[in-house]
Amino acid sequence: MKKIYLDHAATTPVKESVIEEMQPFFSERFGNPSSVHRFGQEAVMAIDKARKKVAHFLGAKEREVGFTSSATEANNLSVLGAAGGGHVVTSSIEHSAVLNPCKMSSGSVTQVPVSSEGVLRVEDVLKEIRSDTTLVSVMYVNNEIGTVQPIAEIGKAIGEINKKRKKKILFHTDAVQAANYLSCDVSELSVDLLTLSGHKIYGPKGVGALYIREGVTVSPVMYGASHERGLHPGTENVPAIVGMGKAVEEIDFRKGEEVKRLRDKVIDEITSSISGVTLNGSREKRIPNNVNLAFEGVEGESLLISLDSEGIAVSTGSACASHSLSPSHVLLAIGLSDRMAHGSLRISLGNETTEEEVDHLISKLPPIIKRLREISGR
Amino acid sequence: MSKYYSKEVMDRFMSPKYFGEMKDADAVGLVGNPRCGDEMEVYIKVREGKVESASFRTLGCAAAIATSDVVCEMITGKSLEEAVSITEKEMVDKLKDLPHVKVHCASLALEGVKEAVKKYEGK
Repeated sequence: MKKIYLDHAATTPVKESVIEEMQPFFSERFGNPSSVHRFGQEAVMAIDKARKKVAHFLGAKEREVGFTSSATEANNLSVLGAAGGGHVVTSSIEHSAVLNPCKMSSGSVTQVPVSSEGVLRVEDVLKEIRSDTTLVSVMYVNNEIGTVQPIAEIGKAIGEINKKRKKKILFHTDAVQAANYLSCDVSELSVDLLTLSGHKIYGPKGVGALYIREGVTVSPVMYGASHERGLHPGTENVPAIVGMGKAVEEIDFRKGEEVKRLRDKVIDEITSSISGVTLNGSREKRIPNNVNLAFEGVEGESLLISLDSEGIAVSTGSACASHSLSPSHVLLAIGLSDRMAHGSLRISLGNETTEEEVDHLISKLPPIIKRLREISGR
Repeated sequence: MSKYYSKEVMDRFMSPKYFGEMKDADAVGLVGNPRCGDEMEVYIKVREGKVESASFRTLGCAAAIATSDVVCEMITGKSLEEAVSITEKEMVDKLKDLPHVKVHCASLALEGVKEAVKKYEGK
């Protein structure tokens, strides 16, 4: 059976060119970057080269980029390390890697609701800002429904507010799902902190990056030696960092055009060939590779398992929430009923997804929906 | 094939034998709720104190559909007393295995049976 992977929002395959770049750093050039001898210095140079590539992608200075072991760690540093226990404003559709650190924060947290299109309104964010607000954290692109948030507009507005404030509000964005297709230029976005992940951009797992604007103080959330300015204590994962640098370097926004065409084909064909289907989240303000559909009368997991038995890999909600019984907080936040939220499916395309693969999905789905609706009697 | 579910669960999910509304049912047990994502209807037809036939309609995950199917098979031909005393473990054994997070689907199916029997006896 042909295997078709349509779950790129969960993770992406590592590109050949990235593997090649990483390869020497496992055994040939294995040095510890903290070592003073030439083995160590070779590793330091490799990390710095990767840092340069990430900085270039972000339009940032090299010293403003730190590597972490995951995007989750970068988000924890932003919420727990940068907010300083002050009031945090975030969205109701944030990833748990932001929402859960918010729960652990000693300060209070306000979650701003989104529209039924899954997009934040700038003014709704601004009106939650208080005198004790220290951080605003809003994801660039939602991981479940792919909606693009108005980061640059929020950043600009916070900049205006900050002009009149002594204690400046920091602005963080989790750009993990955006980096393949949207500019992450930190000046354009007016962000102070920005999170990236290696494995969502055709790089390896186990590495993330955090941009920290010069002058912004972030406290560690884990303690040890002074790696990555003390923010990520622990010997650097050199091969993964090298791989992440290469993956970032190879990001090509032009790929988004073809991906978007295939995405639109999936949306159009499925919503016209099957009744009782709706697209979750805005179609216009949407990342090129995300499709999220709600099907009446079926439950998402049974849909996922049926497609998997046809060799097609998709997901319900986010991979991280797949062991939870409660409906997705994102889908509830955009106003779906419990039933429709449970009947939703995320199809996330990749840069290598072909028309043939998409056509296969489009032809396999209707009989599966029919069968499951017969069983549910709905 | 899914590595997540046993072959037995997959077979029952892909081709359940007992699904469908039973128009002349003596009782139907409605259980589950939209919040947890599983909603089941268990239909029974009773003759001389025994379940003559059973069927289900389930809006739910693969495990919910498989457990609905297996419970209908298990209660067919049983006395009402026997039907309501089937255990979760007996169901899981019959399905060979069920992921830990899905065991509640088996209890939901059993609840469906108990509800149907309660409705029948309350008639």
